[in-house]
Amino acid sequence: MLLDADALQAIARGAAVLGTGGGGDPHIGLLMALQAIEESGPPRLVTLDELPADGLLMPCGMMGAPTVSIEKIDNGGEGARLREEVERHFARPVVALLSSEIGGSNALIPICWAAQMGLPVLDADGMGRAFPELPQVSMHVAGISPSPAFLTDERGNVLVTTASTGEWLERIHRKVTIEMGGSAATTEYILTVEQARTAVIQGSVSLAHRIGRTIMEARVDPVGALIDALSAVRLLDGKVTDVERNTTGGFVFGHAIVEGLREDAGRLLRIEIQNENLAVLDEGRVIASVPDLIAVLDSEIAEAIPTERLRYGQRVTVIAFPCDPIWRTPRGLEVAGPRAFGYDFDHEPVEALHG
Amino acid sequence: MAERLDLRVGIDVGGTNTDTVVLDCDGRFLAKVKVPTTRDVMSGIAAGIAAIVGQVDASRITHVMLGTTHATNALLERRDLRQVAVIRIGSPATHAVRPLFGWPEDLRTAVSLGETIVPGGIEFDGREIVPFEPEAVRRFLDSLPRQPDGVAITSVFAPVSPQHELEAAEMVRKVLGDVDVSLSHELGSIGLLERENATVLNAALVGVAHGVSGALSGALAEHGLSPVTFFAQNDGTLMALEYALRYPVLTIGSGPANSIRGAAYLTGTENAVVLDVGGTSSDIGVLANTFPRESSYGVEIGGIRTNFRMPDLVTIALGGGTIVSEHDGDVRVGPESVGYRITEEALVFGGNTPTLTDAAVAAGRTDLGDAERTRGCEPLLEAALRQADAMLADAIDRIKTARGDQPLVVVGGGSVLVPSALTGVSAIHRPEHYEVANAVGAAIALVSGQVDQIVHPGPGEREHLIGQLSREACDKAVHAGADPNAVEVVEIEEVPLAYLTTPAIRIRIRAAGPMGWV
Repeated sequence: MLLDADALQAIARGAAVLGTGGGGDPHIGLLMALQAIEESGPPRLVTLDELPADGLLMPCGMMGAPTVSIEKIDNGGEGARLREEVERHFARPVVALLSSEIGGSNALIPICWAAQMGLPVLDADGMGRAFPELPQVSMHVAGISPSPAFLTDERGNVLVTTASTGEWLERIHRKVTIEMGGSAATTEYILTVEQARTAVIQGSVSLAHRIGRTIMEARVDPVGALIDALSAVRLLDGKVTDVERNTTGGFVFGHAIVEGLREDAGRLLRIEIQNENLAVLDEGRVIASVPDLIAVLDSEIAEAIPTERLRYGQRVTVIAFPCDPIWRTPRGLEVAGPRAFGYDFDHEPVEALHG
Repeated sequence: MAERLDLRVGIDVGGTNTDTVVLDCDGRFLAKVKVPTTRDVMSGIAAGIAAIVGQVDASRITHVMLGTTHATNALLERRDLRQVAVIRIGSPATHAVRPLFGWPEDLRTAVSLGETIVPGGIEFDGREIVPFEPEAVRRFLDSLPRQPDGVAITSVFAPVSPQHELEAAEMVRKVLGDVDVSLSHELGSIGLLERENATVLNAALVGVAHGVSGALSGALAEHGLSPVTFFAQNDGTLMALEYALRYPVLTIGSGPANSIRGAAYLTGTENAVVLDVGGTSSDIGVLANTFPRESSYGVEIGGIRTNFRMPDLVTIALGGGTIVSEHDGDVRVGPESVGYRITEEALVFGGNTPTLTDAAVAAGRTDLGDAERTRGCEPLLEAALRQADAMLADAIDRIKTARGDQPLVVVGGGSVLVPSALTGVSAIHRPEHYEVANAVGAAIALVSGQVDQIVHPGPGEREHLIGQLSREACDKAVHAGADPNAVEVVEIEEVPLAYLTTPAIRIRIRAAGPMGWV
């Protein structure tokens, strides 16, 4: 598939749904990618089978504050610089880029860079959704080394890091990102095509595309069409009746209450938020939890509503759908299960909870 | 021309009608007139002024407040726009999305003589991205095909520090002499592209503002009047004429804000839901502490994304002319409307199309036209009205920000549809002069000023910073024409920035006060 302007519009919408409330507004990434394909032509979306087994893959994206990235927009050349550094370090060419995080604005950034460089985009990512921290990727779960990792800004500063663990990489990169102005381009967990077969989440870009197309093409009931397309569970149709948000240590914590309407009248759901929607409780009982995906959709147009835009009165449909199986392995749950976010309960698959 | 406020004229240019009202300094209602909005807008305004001059002692008119659609029309029709030089300060950052990327080509050609990104710009914490290079501004201006009609300057994080924008403006004046310069930090908040778009539109509209101002003075002078003139802006407040000439883009979207403020004034309420029922649609907004609650999203102006915050509105296709019909036993309400043809097409006016006005007449909510003519349609009309009531109750609930019943103020020509009680509404107010609420809103509006900045408070510094920014907002209001002795802070909003480990807060403060002597 060619990632042309129409495809990018659909991917941006799909990425917002996969952002599960976080990941940043895909709009700015969409504009960057649209300008890049206007100047350099659309890149190709490829699968692992189309690439040489020993080829080098570069998982990449932006890290930092979404508020900074809508003000200090990128130079655009950050991706090319990362690639140059990676190729010099590994002494071999990068064969494709992939997004570290398909949820939110980072879905579009590697597409922008790939278009400029004439490289293909791998139909895969490291999360299958959005997570707040660098080591919360499938490559980490699969045991790929995070190092060497590369961080760069619009001025040409480059940081090459050999970190002892993914967690240390997160701490170092986050600190330097702030020095660089609150937003920086990053690549880590660099791997070969062969390694990627068991370490990346395949099909994420085409999934985002399919979600976007479903929403855009459904004439009558886009929410229903999306639920069918994702085999998602409809947790509740209702309206937002309470939202509470606090920021601690750079991350947003809070909850939203959604009150059922029509068939769901009388029910109250509580959505737990830490940047993303992490769990849904029904009278104290967990009915969906991270790492499964929880999206709050506008009931009419099926547009995903990010956590910072939730407010009283919105008519919403809360849906949940299964994460990639890698997140349900013991190590996956250790990295991104409910207990990794400080909750005192275990993950239960959403499809099991709603048999 | 230091004059104490005596009679004030409020004018609101709407899509269908131009409304004009006269109030005295104690807010007493002296005159009102409705004339059709003309294509050129100005002759409708002149007709309104001519009509009210005959009804009051015109020599006592000291102030005129105008809410007009001139700027919107100019953008939609690509008319009377200035061609400006577009300067962004932020290189090497921001090249990934160039200035005016994604604009309709004809609008871009109409407003822009050329665009550039020069080295400089600010970081979120106030440092420089790189030092600003004034010579790059000179080189760009020298490269343009001719002298631009105006200049729009936008620096990265100008709301944190306007330093580079001010230095660039200085260089522009050195090269071009006396030219109108629009600076982004005076116009918008965080969000580079949206703020830049607003700044460019503003620079392009300066000529339109001069045109309106001249024509208004002319229309007033014909009656021997030379009152102080204010313009209504999108947040429901006023700006002085010289301010409107610098920030014309802020006049866009003043209509709904005026309507909400007018509804508040006419009923004396400070907090309520306001329902404005027209012929085709209804707007529902919220009055919060006497101001319209603003939308959390930026708005599009002429198809261009900006970061202006307009009154938060829910609009539904429900008005006096809404057509009701039956299909296989299902009663349908709208969305089609007979619109301004209601006086010919509605049943009660002798027509053959059942409308919501007919339903309201049949139910005894109003006694327009000939109620006999609704006979035989009662089941359809009754069912339609029940649906319409449910649609209104649903829309009112959507706009609320908290549980519990709230008072509702109903204005607009179609308000006869609204029942005497609605779910979720504690009381319904139907003020006198409801049909000219928007012009009243313009006449009684306050003058405001706003700051929107990212700050980095150290331990214990937050209070001090808020105090300092509050004074800045008050100063801005006074500059715009507010009485220095009566201006006060009306809104403080703090939003912490996510995904950063150092504390950074975006603070928005709005101050407003009644007009001072001029």
